[in-house]
Amino acid sequence: MSSTTVSMPAAKPLIPLPAGTTMRGLLWQAALAIAVVVVGWSLYNNMIANMTARGLQFGFGFLDRSAGIPIGEAMIPYTPADTYQRALTVGLLNTLRVAFSGIVLCTILGILLGLARLSSNPLLRSLTGGYIEVIRNTPLVLQLVFWHAIILQLPSVRQALSPLPGVFLSQRGLKIPVFVAEPALWAALAALAAGIVLWVVLVRRERARQAATGERRSTLAQGLALVLGLPALAMLLYGVPQVDWPELAGFNFEGGLTLSPEFFALLVGLVVYTSAFIAEIVRAGIQSVHKGQWEAARALGLPGGRIMRLVILPQALRVIIPPLTSQYLNLTKNSSLAVVIGYPDLVSVSNTSINQTGQAVEVISIFMAVYLIISLVTSGLMNAYNRAVALKER
Amino acid sequence: MSATTAAALPAATAPRPPSFAERSVAFAKACVNGPLNITITLVCVALLLWLAPPLLDWAILSATWSGTAATCREGTGACWAFIREKFWFSIFGLYPFEERWRPATMLTILVVMVVASCFRRCWNRNLLIAWAVAAPVMWILMQGGILGLPYVQTRQWGGLTITGVIAVYGVTLGYPLAILLALGRRSKLPLVRWFCTAVIECVRGVPLISLLFMAAIMLPLFMPEGVTVDRLIRVLFAYTLFTAAYMAEVVRGGLQAMPRGQYEAADALGLSYWKKMRFIILPQALTITIPAQVNTFIGLFKDTTLVVVIGVFDFFTTLRASLGDPNWLGFPTEAYVYAATVYFVLCFAMSKYSQRLERDFKPGGR
Repeated sequence: MSSTTVSMPAAKPLIPLPAGTTMRGLLWQAALAIAVVVVGWSLYNNMIANMTARGLQFGFGFLDRSAGIPIGEAMIPYTPADTYQRALTVGLLNTLRVAFSGIVLCTILGILLGLARLSSNPLLRSLTGGYIEVIRNTPLVLQLVFWHAIILQLPSVRQALSPLPGVFLSQRGLKIPVFVAEPALWAALAALAAGIVLWVVLVRRERARQAATGERRSTLAQGLALVLGLPALAMLLYGVPQVDWPELAGFNFEGGLTLSPEFFALLVGLVVYTSAFIAEIVRAGIQSVHKGQWEAARALGLPGGRIMRLVILPQALRVIIPPLTSQYLNLTKNSSLAVVIGYPDLVSVSNTSINQTGQAVEVISIFMAVYLIISLVTSGLMNAYNRAVALKER
Repeated sequence: MSATTAAALPAATAPRPPSFAERSVAFAKACVNGPLNITITLVCVALLLWLAPPLLDWAILSATWSGTAATCREGTGACWAFIREKFWFSIFGLYPFEERWRPATMLTILVVMVVASCFRRCWNRNLLIAWAVAAPVMWILMQGGILGLPYVQTRQWGGLTITGVIAVYGVTLGYPLAILLALGRRSKLPLVRWFCTAVIECVRGVPLISLLFMAAIMLPLFMPEGVTVDRLIRVLFAYTLFTAAYMAEVVRGGLQAMPRGQYEAADALGLSYWKKMRFIILPQALTITIPAQVNTFIGLFKDTTLVVVIGVFDFFTTLRASLGDPNWLGFPTEAYVYAATVYFVLCFAMSKYSQRLERDFKPGGR
């Protein structure tokens, strides 16, 4: 940009300046710098004066004091006697938990909806379209409150709905069976991971061979043998992983994993809302691939599945990934709406901490910094993936 | 409605648009060609038969349209009498009863201005001037204290009125700021560029409710002693900043999309930086991004509901508050359906409008 600017031959400058800079530009920047410093300094002074007037001291020392905040659900051991630092960590973990499970689920649901939106069946297409429009055009807060109200209106524990064996839905939230954490489970999971890695290695080698010889061989049989066989072997050695099934005992359930009504409402709300946006992104991405690409792939005699995987998706992903990243970020940021329905996420715990300590500036800076870091890390990861799928011009 | 548009798509290039009957036949045929499509159609029809009749029965056939909570409890359907009772409350909130003509006039001005802004014929300097005049007039009308209007505290404002106030002032104040931020981010001066980039990224990287918390709790700490800022002003401050950061990215997209020749031509004419932007670049960059701006605005409009976290009574919060009326306990679903319908109608209209603009602006699209 700067190379194209044609500057008029001005009068000889009083002070010799480096190339590309002008006196006026320097003045603008100096003015901005002075304004930022002056405003920042006076804000800081005001803050110190105001905090002293309220008997507060600026600093992060309060983090080591006992918080006394009761938190309903925590992923690490926590009691109200623990410090503010630990309370905020519990809040952060709760945020990450809902954000991570939300991102995984909304991607799956979003892709399914996006494909339904492209179906050749006009009835399915229009029903999905109507559903997406309704979800996209109503505020998320409203939807969260709505889901929370629905879950609180569910039957009590004794009459809990059981849509699948071992899954119970009641006023107290969702109960699902869960694997017991024991060596057998870790062994089986490690074997599964090893199987998947070996399959990927196998596929790569096959692909290299195909590029060299032109002969194409399926890796399906060996791959399935690896992915199913290795865990089976692990189970033979270490035993079958135990499942903890929830059971009704007295007035409550025992065993299994509990998803609280708040967590469940927040998760459902975020997933439903974000997946509607992702569906539109997926649809637009697939439609952005030119019709000629489909025709060319068909003319080469590729079957339907491989047209999608080898020709359409690699091109569609380039269009899909950047807006998908911003949807993931939106979901993470929107998880802060947990405060509306009382799920103890980072913002909710911070809010209570501010009310108790009055250290507003410190707590708000902490959670803003945390969100900024989450945003930067997520977009960094997605950008790396984007570079992997981006058009490689040779 | 969307069914007809979906069926009409393939026929869009045909010389004569097919009649409704033809489109219906094509729709029905496409539903039953091949076993897979027949299965999908049957599943969809079953889903509709399972969901639609009970919903229709609840919402219309067995609904109670007038009466008291007792009448409602006798019926099995929805209690629209509750919404009728709370309708004006949801529009005006706690605004003093005798003064309700003022928010009503304000909303009328707002609707007239918004409708006028939708016509491309009106996009000229006069519209900008009209907005610049209307914005303070609306505020004076609401707050009063001069011209013989009794003073009304901002905490008495509420309902749809305050949703409108936040959205309108957020955009009218945020838009100029957004243009400055976008220009700053593309500036050649490194300090200006870093500053604008930092502001935009920091605001976009955090959730809106953290900005609202900041405005509600932190801002008073930054003020000199003895200076208090009205809570609504603080909310507007946060919302304006948020609007500006998001709009700035849209405007930047427009600035980047301008061909370099436009910049070079302006430089060749010897225009100064501000003249170049004012007369050459911005008019084009802003026009091509109008559809994107409307889309961003839809998101921002939905986000006005977030003021619930700091206790400002916007449309949705007012409705939620009326759920606590001891005479009308137990009708939350009706209230949520009503609120959802209002937001849906407004947002859907805006999104259809932006789609139409997008079609109009597409080169060779018409």
